[in-house]
Amino acid sequence: MMGFCLRRIMYMIPTLFLVSIVTFVIIQLPPGDYLDSLAADMGESGSDNTAVVETLRQQYGLGQPMYVQYYKWMKGILLHGNFGISFEKNVLVTDLIWDRLGWTFGISMLTLLFIWITALPIGIYSAVRKYSFGDYTATFFGFIGLAVPNFLLALLMMYVSFKYFGQSVGGLVSPEYIGEPWSQAKFINLLQHIWMPIVVVGTSGAAALIRIMRANLLDELYRPYVATARAKGMSEFQLLMKYPVRVALNPFISTIGWILPSLVSGEIIVAVVMNLPTTGPLLLRALLVQDMYLAGSLILIVSLLTVIGTLISDLLLAWIDPRIRYQ
Amino acid sequence: MNTLTTDSTVPAEDEVAAPVLLSPLALTWRKFKRHRIAYVSLYIVGLIYLMAIFGEFLTTSDIHETSTRRAFAPPMGIHLFAPDEDGSSRFQLHAKGLKLEVDKVAMRRVFAVDEEKIIPLGFFVKGYEYKVLGLFSTNRHFFGPVNPRDTVYFMGADRLGRDIMSRIIIGTRVSMSIGLVGVIVSLVIGVTLGGISGFFGGWVDNLIQRLIEFIRSIPTIPLWMGLAAAIPLDWPPLKTYFVVTLIVSMIGWTSLAREVRGKFLSLRHEDFIIAARLDGLSDMEVIRKHMVPSFSSHIIASLTLAVPLMILAETSLSFLGVGLQPPVVSWGTLLKEAQNVRTIIEAPWLLIAPATMIVTAVLALNFLGDGLRDAADPHAH
Amino acid sequence: MQPTPMPIDNSAPAISQSEGPPLLEISGLKTQFFTDDGVVKAVNGVDLNIHSNRTLCVLGESGCGKSILARSILRIVDAPGRITDGSIVYRSADGRTVDLAAVRPGSRELRSVRGDDIAMIFQEPMSSLGPITRIGKQITETILLHRNISKAEARETAIELLDKVGIPKPAERFNAYPFELSGGMRQRAMIAMALSCRPRLLIADEPTTALDVTTQAQILDLIDELKEELEMGVMLITHDLGVVAEVAEDVAVMYMGKVVEKSDVYSIFENPQHPYTRALLDSVPRIGVTRRERLPAIRGMVPHPLATPSGCSFRTRCDSYMPSICDRQEPALVQHGETQVACFLHSRESIHD
Repeated sequence: MMGFCLRRIMYMIPTLFLVSIVTFVIIQLPPGDYLDSLAADMGESGSDNTAVVETLRQQYGLGQPMYVQYYKWMKGILLHGNFGISFEKNVLVTDLIWDRLGWTFGISMLTLLFIWITALPIGIYSAVRKYSFGDYTATFFGFIGLAVPNFLLALLMMYVSFKYFGQSVGGLVSPEYIGEPWSQAKFINLLQHIWMPIVVVGTSGAAALIRIMRANLLDELYRPYVATARAKGMSEFQLLMKYPVRVALNPFISTIGWILPSLVSGEIIVAVVMNLPTTGPLLLRALLVQDMYLAGSLILIVSLLTVIGTLISDLLLAWIDPRIRYQ
Repeated sequence: MNTLTTDSTVPAEDEVAAPVLLSPLALTWRKFKRHRIAYVSLYIVGLIYLMAIFGEFLTTSDIHETSTRRAFAPPMGIHLFAPDEDGSSRFQLHAKGLKLEVDKVAMRRVFAVDEEKIIPLGFFVKGYEYKVLGLFSTNRHFFGPVNPRDTVYFMGADRLGRDIMSRIIIGTRVSMSIGLVGVIVSLVIGVTLGGISGFFGGWVDNLIQRLIEFIRSIPTIPLWMGLAAAIPLDWPPLKTYFVVTLIVSMIGWTSLAREVRGKFLSLRHEDFIIAARLDGLSDMEVIRKHMVPSFSSHIIASLTLAVPLMILAETSLSFLGVGLQPPVVSWGTLLKEAQNVRTIIEAPWLLIAPATMIVTAVLALNFLGDGLRDAADPHAH
Repeated sequence: MQPTPMPIDNSAPAISQSEGPPLLEISGLKTQFFTDDGVVKAVNGVDLNIHSNRTLCVLGESGCGKSILARSILRIVDAPGRITDGSIVYRSADGRTVDLAAVRPGSRELRSVRGDDIAMIFQEPMSSLGPITRIGKQITETILLHRNISKAEARETAIELLDKVGIPKPAERFNAYPFELSGGMRQRAMIAMALSCRPRLLIADEPTTALDVTTQAQILDLIDELKEELEMGVMLITHDLGVVAEVAEDVAVMYMGKVVEKSDVYSIFENPQHPYTRALLDSVPRIGVTRRERLPAIRGMVPHPLATPSGCSFRTRCDSYMPSICDRQEPALVQHGETQVACFLHSRESIHD
């Protein structure tokens, strides 16, 4: 098990290296940079700040070959934890992102929990009671869940809750609590808001996992070992949980690997729609104004955390399925 | 007991009716047809693609025609019976005109139905000029106002007074074709890399698998956003369209490649493949004659399931404003109009009409793919 | 039934029950599969008795319904199959009888018989054990299900069982996963599991088909030894005449869901009555007999299960086919010497009515 863990962690390093390069290339793709537009703006307003722009340019190696810029950026991150500066807001990237990243991952984790809690029992039920009314219902809602994109669901829910409940939605807490210290009332208010992004982001994932769990379990339900367990005299529920469900769980767990990236993706786009204080709106804004270090750092850290999440799911899988461990 | 009847001379086997053995394709088709929803979805998808091809014929007005007086006009209903001059009513398809009123309380303009103004509707009416398949010009439209100078809004109008229904119909072309083109790109990359990976194995396989793992482990939306945001705004729409399609197809190929690889790996050790090799067939012949036919049905099913993913991807990007840009009309750019709650509450049709279209298309494609996958798998339950 | 499962070797005095009432009495059993294409009559009216301390071999080609017959006894036939007619009367140690075909599926009554009174060994040792559960756990689970003993005791019992079925280093193997064992070892573990509650009837569905010849013989010997020791009734399903010759006392030959001949093992081999049995025996190579021509095979193929021939189901492949007799009526099992056989060659009188 130790060896397996080490091997998986070793695999992560080239992946992360690649992620950082791809991220950097992406943020460098647009022609020009933020300083160009800054200089242009200043030129228009008549003030001459060429010196300031030049200093910044020197500091970040802008205009130098891409690998030099990459080297400087990575050196700052690895040695000093400095992700660079947000040109637009003129503050360190690190000052801007941690809060928002925390929310993004908090919501993503809660969503993952929500997905598991709903998908597991429904998937099992759907497989065991195949072609029953409940199965058809679950299948139907599953397909709807897959067909409605996150942002559309967010818009629809916001519309419905405004129109029929007169509740203004968006944000994680009501406006009056923003900036307030944490209190019981604020926490309750948070709970009243946070369920909506969780449900919105989680629906498609839950729908997908119900389908996967159903298919996996159907593959296992008629295996010989199930007949063996039945011939032992175990009750249906007991044998279901101890044998086929346990086996069907493996591919189910490995899906965390891809569901986590999609949750983070979903969270980002839903955050834009629902105006949540998470990475989404910040990233979109940074990309649109070419605030490259901010955008790059966000993509990099979100990817990094996702890769770590995937690693955890792999390790979890190896822990549950001995066959993988012994390979 | 010794009385031999005439039929006794017939060999015994012939008396027993052997069940008809169907070819694999016929079996798949039969199984597919049994999946009712998938079967119906096949027709729906077909209709949507027809709509994409012959869009202008179905529209009621030019999608770029603006009318400030009709900004946010609500959807109009279609009425069957119109009052005659003599007071009796006769059958006449028509819509009722709109008039502007001022809501004294809220102090804003609202639309009201003008009972007096009747806009007669008909089939195969004259309207704006367009080209069918880019070949020949015509001005016939399937359904619309009889008088070409009238405008109707069956699904309401947007903030510039453009007809939403016509825009959705024309948007179908871009949105559905992105799915299709994206899938073809994915297919080429996925099958090539997956095939190489699965057929040769070893370090090649390892390298390609790491690459796939890498791409899959990055959250797609930020990546796409980054890539799409890099598209200069002043690019011509066609160029943007192709780049967006390429970006969107980035997701599709990894899962296809994995599937193809898995099939190759498991087939490599199947007896019939080994037998084909021992018969002296070359690698390419084995792949072409034996391996591809045995998993092509799976590939078709996966492709069908990939189309809706790409449609949703395009929609999401365009919605965020980093994908296709107006004046290109796609379902995504249409939804961009419905970005904030205020607009939606004032003009819900901006959200509901394109949303219904997207959900219908994606649902139909999903059901179709699901049905194909079930039908292609002879061992499925 | 028994207060403690262990120790196994402390067996009760042997009483041959072959003359007494049968342990299991199957009569008129029909198990049918309701598929989209029609009803498959997998077991189509079977009468069989199984006695304590005797081995009954059910012989037949693949697809003749022998596995479904075995599964019907424990009521583990998967949907869309179900028992449509007949009874399976099990007589427990205290003399009470229960009709297994009539009890509610999944009921406590049925579950208490499964694994405790009647145990089963399956065909594929590779896939018949839970793939990600340790061997030991799968055995103790059965014991704990039917016996009121502690986990530690169950563990001890399981290790003893593993030892008994010839698994080396049983205490270590107790913690092994199925994929760590060879096919033969897995089948031994299966047997240990089946025997864990000292069943009175052991059903073995082709227990050696997936194993190599040496292992086959060892497993068969093992089952035979344990039968003697525990005085079990054994029902062994096989298509292998060698297996029959080795372990059987009684033999029932099945064809297309029906028993076409049943007798004691000597009569079957010495004096087979049914053309099908004869054909089966003829298709086996014999040591010492030099042949110049090809080994005869039964001509034709087993008919499609949905297209059963009228009358006698074997008539399409039968060398003694009698037109306008065999295709008119189904032959019933009739006593012919030591043997019961369902063939008009031996019951011509029955076709007159």
